[in-house]
Amino acid sequence: MNHWIIAPVVLPALLAPLLVLLARNDLRAQRMLSGAGTVGFAVLAAVLLVQASAGGIGVYRLGDWPAPFGIVLVADRLATLMLALTAALALAVLVHVISTGWDARGRHFHALYQFQLMGLAGAFLTGDAFNLFVFFEVLLIASYGLMIHGGGRARLRAGVQYVVMNLAGSVLFLFALGTIYAVTGTLNMADLALKAAAVPAAEAGLLRVGGVLLLMVFAIKAALVPLQFWLPATYASAPGPVAALFAILTKVGVYAILRMVTLVFGAGSPAGDIAGALLLPAAGVTLMLGMIGVLGARDLGRMAAFAVIGSVGTLMLGVAIFTPAATGAALFYLIHSTLVAGAMFLVADLVRGQRGGLLLAPGPRMANHGMLAALFFVVAIGVAGMPPLPGFLGKLLILDAARSAPTAWAIWAAILVGSLLAVAGLARAGAAIFWATNDDASPVPSQPLALAGVAGLLVALAALTVAAGPVSGWLNATAEALYAPAPYIAAVLGGGAP
Amino acid sequence: MEALVASAVAVMTAVGVYLILRRQTFPVVLGMAMLSYAVNVFLFATGRLVVNMPPVLSDTATGYTDPLPQALVLTAIVISFAMTAVVVLLALGSFIASGNDGIDLGEDRE
Repeated sequence: MNHWIIAPVVLPALLAPLLVLLARNDLRAQRMLSGAGTVGFAVLAAVLLVQASAGGIGVYRLGDWPAPFGIVLVADRLATLMLALTAALALAVLVHVISTGWDARGRHFHALYQFQLMGLAGAFLTGDAFNLFVFFEVLLIASYGLMIHGGGRARLRAGVQYVVMNLAGSVLFLFALGTIYAVTGTLNMADLALKAAAVPAAEAGLLRVGGVLLLMVFAIKAALVPLQFWLPATYASAPGPVAALFAILTKVGVYAILRMVTLVFGAGSPAGDIAGALLLPAAGVTLMLGMIGVLGARDLGRMAAFAVIGSVGTLMLGVAIFTPAATGAALFYLIHSTLVAGAMFLVADLVRGQRGGLLLAPGPRMANHGMLAALFFVVAIGVAGMPPLPGFLGKLLILDAARSAPTAWAIWAAILVGSLLAVAGLARAGAAIFWATNDDASPVPSQPLALAGVAGLLVALAALTVAAGPVSGWLNATAEALYAPAPYIAAVLGGGAP
Repeated sequence: MEALVASAVAVMTAVGVYLILRRQTFPVVLGMAMLSYAVNVFLFATGRLVVNMPPVLSDTATGYTDPLPQALVLTAIVISFAMTAVVVLLALGSFIASGNDGIDLGEDRE
């Protein structure tokens, strides 16, 4: 049995208590430990990614209990891809946090950060639906702490809303899991795939109820309309780098939808093709609402938050077609939109550090004004999905894959009009912040090191553009594997002896 | 017994939903607690309701109750208990910082 699979969960889980117990008063030690831990996390993610792309589906049986009885972790291509993406974003955000001193504005930032990584790694790797719930809770608890890091009235009030919304989501999650367990008698995802396919027609209605509840929970995480109301205030009020890390949290919802639908609630399931029918219109409305929000936002933080909603809409349009080609395209856009949303929040945080606020109105001239403007310009190109950044390719791939869908005209219209709105909104924001300045200079000195986080993300995006061909091929193979789950099920349920 | 358990879940869920739609944080916290009670009973019932049956292997048993939902409920109770504590503290901190117990953000955005 490959013990590396559990390492991305165990490493941050051990590091976080160490940070609290040993280094609670020593920020330098915290930074070094947390940095080393995140680099280690990235190395582990890369190792697992290479192992999974070599073809094998790694299965880790906790306590060596065979699959439907014990909990398993599964490192297939999709899970390790998400893990590697998390690690890349986490490294860039951590560099930003340390160089801007965000971690000194409150206590225990690094411990919460490591717990956040632990929850994310677990949620991506687990092969058990109830274990997915547990890891959702781990990552949410850490995100509650990170979201209110630094305190302040607006942040605490938005934090209460965020926590209550997610608690309601957790209760729904439990209702969904209970319903599914009552019908199928299992919560192991691979076993669910077999048991759900064999559910008699008389009980299919109950399975459908469970499926819709589960999709609703994941839609809350992914911020799909009509469950997106929590996101703008949360992301705009959270500390900038934390909001950048949260760019991966919405993708946890998308990942969970993709995993559960391809395994359990696919087109052939007795519950019927509920996912596509529900998600496709929701995704279209989400995209339009997000981009209209970008156009109408009054400050840069809220604008970035609405851009996240819009990108989730684009992403879900690709996912909700539920064909291998569309999923491969959506995964490409997922990598791009996660990195670019993170970069947007980091740029917004740099601007906030210089100007004191993010209102789209003339402000003082910032130190290294031109550099920030250029960074904003590049990131805005990425958010809008224009060439040469890979968002353009991602949208093109989704449009191409949508041609065969029955509602192709609506998908095309939503994506193209959404892009236009995004361009207009981003241009307005950039002009308001970077062109019109009043005469006084900002009192805050420039922090050259603080640009490193954004620069890292932009380098990753450039690499994604250059390697678009091979990456896209790899992602298409990943999507093909999702829609032919027999090897996944066999790997989880079949492997007897270690 | 089924009717009793089902109506208990229904009443607690209804009360919980009503309370989390209130405008002050205190009723919302109570509503979350009611909802988590409801879901705990619901989870317990998903293993089918039986009386006086052992959950683990026994030589004298004539039947068994499903032990898995009991383990799930235990996990859910621990998590919801901790989350209630978190939300109470957060609501308290928000009330002290802003002098306002309302849950909506309304006009006092940044």
